[in-house]
Amino acid sequence: MTGFVIQRLLLAVLVVFGVSIVTFFLTFLSGDPAALMLSADASAEQVAQFRHDWGFDDPIIVQYGRFLGRALQGDMGMSLRHGTPALPLIADRLPATFQLTLTAMAMAIFAAIPLGVISATHRGSAIDLVTMTVALVGQAIPAFWLAIMGILFFSVSLGWLPTSGRGTLLHVIMPASVLAIGLTALLTRLTRSTMLEVLSEDYVRTARAKGLRAWAVLSRHALRNALIPLVTVIGLQFGYILGGAVVIETVFTWPGVGLFTIQAITNRDYPVVQAAVLILSTAVVLINLLVDLLYGLLDPRIRVRA
Amino acid sequence: MTTSTTTAGTATVAQRATGGPGRARPSLRFLRRSPLMTLGMFLVGLVVLAAVLAPWVGTRDPIQQNLALSNRPPMWQPRGTAQAPLGTDQFGRDVWSRIVYGSQISLAIGTAASLIGGLVGVTAGLVAGFYGGKVDTIVMRIVDLNLAFPLILLALAIAAILGPSLQNLILVMALTTWMIYARVVRGITLSIREREFIQAARAIGAVDTRIMFRHILPNLFAPVMVIWTLELARVILMESALSFLGVGVPPPTPTWGRMLAEGRSVLTTAPWIATFPGIAITLTVLGVNFFGDGLRDLLDPRLRKQT
Repeated sequence: MTGFVIQRLLLAVLVVFGVSIVTFFLTFLSGDPAALMLSADASAEQVAQFRHDWGFDDPIIVQYGRFLGRALQGDMGMSLRHGTPALPLIADRLPATFQLTLTAMAMAIFAAIPLGVISATHRGSAIDLVTMTVALVGQAIPAFWLAIMGILFFSVSLGWLPTSGRGTLLHVIMPASVLAIGLTALLTRLTRSTMLEVLSEDYVRTARAKGLRAWAVLSRHALRNALIPLVTVIGLQFGYILGGAVVIETVFTWPGVGLFTIQAITNRDYPVVQAAVLILSTAVVLINLLVDLLYGLLDPRIRVRA
Repeated sequence: MTTSTTTAGTATVAQRATGGPGRARPSLRFLRRSPLMTLGMFLVGLVVLAAVLAPWVGTRDPIQQNLALSNRPPMWQPRGTAQAPLGTDQFGRDVWSRIVYGSQISLAIGTAASLIGGLVGVTAGLVAGFYGGKVDTIVMRIVDLNLAFPLILLALAIAAILGPSLQNLILVMALTTWMIYARVVRGITLSIREREFIQAARAIGAVDTRIMFRHILPNLFAPVMVIWTLELARVILMESALSFLGVGVPPPTPTWGRMLAEGRSVLTTAPWIATFPGIAITLTVLGVNFFGDGLRDLLDPRLRKQT
């Protein structure tokens, strides 16, 4: 197990290193970072001055070394718009984003697993049909549209929920639910299919044959084995949920990293964009590392093979 | 999947699905047994028709403003007019026409990006799986790296930096889709590589590229088609999100995402502007997904369980 953990850790460090390279080169995509960050009407002298001040006239490898060295010390440069260090600006907004994404993931898991299990055990019934239809539609609806329709219905027409902002529990309900829809649909379908697979296994038949109650067979023998693939998918989906949060935060003006990053993109505040991309991607890598380790813990075959 | 040509492979699977060889027109029979796939084909067909026939299907020029006719509700509501069946926006532009023309952008970006991504991903996966070793490690680490980014954030940043244009958006979207192809293709290539018919091909002196493209590639057809439909749906959704956030194809070209964003600011007074483009996106993605699910069942029943 120790070898497995070390191998996964090294891999994660390697990926984060790669992420830092990509993040660094983001601003070079347009050819000239100085021109990108200044407004279009900046004079040639202003551009030259800016380039010199920010070290853009050094060789690229030197610039990357400086970027990495500073990033490792928690310095991601200054926000061009706010005039303060970029990293704290992002860090301050991380709790709001995690509140939103983790609530959404919890909602999806608690809704999807029971729904998927019921669909699987009642295969072909009306419940199964309705659940699967809703799940199919749920995977096709753009979350930001659902958010707008939700605002129209629950906030404007009924006046039950606030349209924007963060503060009370009421504020979380709509953004988190909307964010959870796609994941819920995916997990429900996945739970159903893995449960169907597991339920036809010999060990489930054995458990039934020895007279265990239906509930015990389901929870202890079937679901526990069906959970293994689910854990991986939930981990892999974390990146998608974070991405989705970027959009949903904008709709609900939820004061998280997503909304802030969109504003930074509009303001050409690229040090902030870089900090956001680096931090959120590192978060994805860490979550996937955690899932990998958890997976090794759940399923001994994985760590032995590694 | 032992057949070496694609058409033969499809035909046998289809025949198996309909209960044996020799039955007439197996594919049509399958359509009747798979109503969802039929529905999917119907929906996708409608959107494709709308995109191709836009000048005839649209009621008016989608960009033309008409302030005398601004903020009209759909025709079945009071103040609605048959000139604009789904209403107009604040500039008097026809919502129906804008949705019809918007389908061109969604389909163009969706198709082009998922095809380019597919081309890159299949090649990368094929090479990684076939050669293994260092090549495999490098390709798969790049895949891991690309997957570590919240894709929509990466796409947003790149699109904003490169400047939003149709070509840039297609490239950015392709960058979010190739990894899935690479992963799946690599896995399948790894297992096919060990099969006897590959050894046989090598024994008669086939070179690597010939083995990869003539002997392995045809066996990838079914899974790649299935991924392609799923990715097409995902790319269409993501394009609408980027457009909604303001980095889509720039105005005045109508896109579904931007229509939604514009409708959002007048949500309480003119809710139809944001409502209909959302329905268009949902039906399109639903159609592609239904089609993809059906295709998976048709091409490879063994894939059915992997949602």
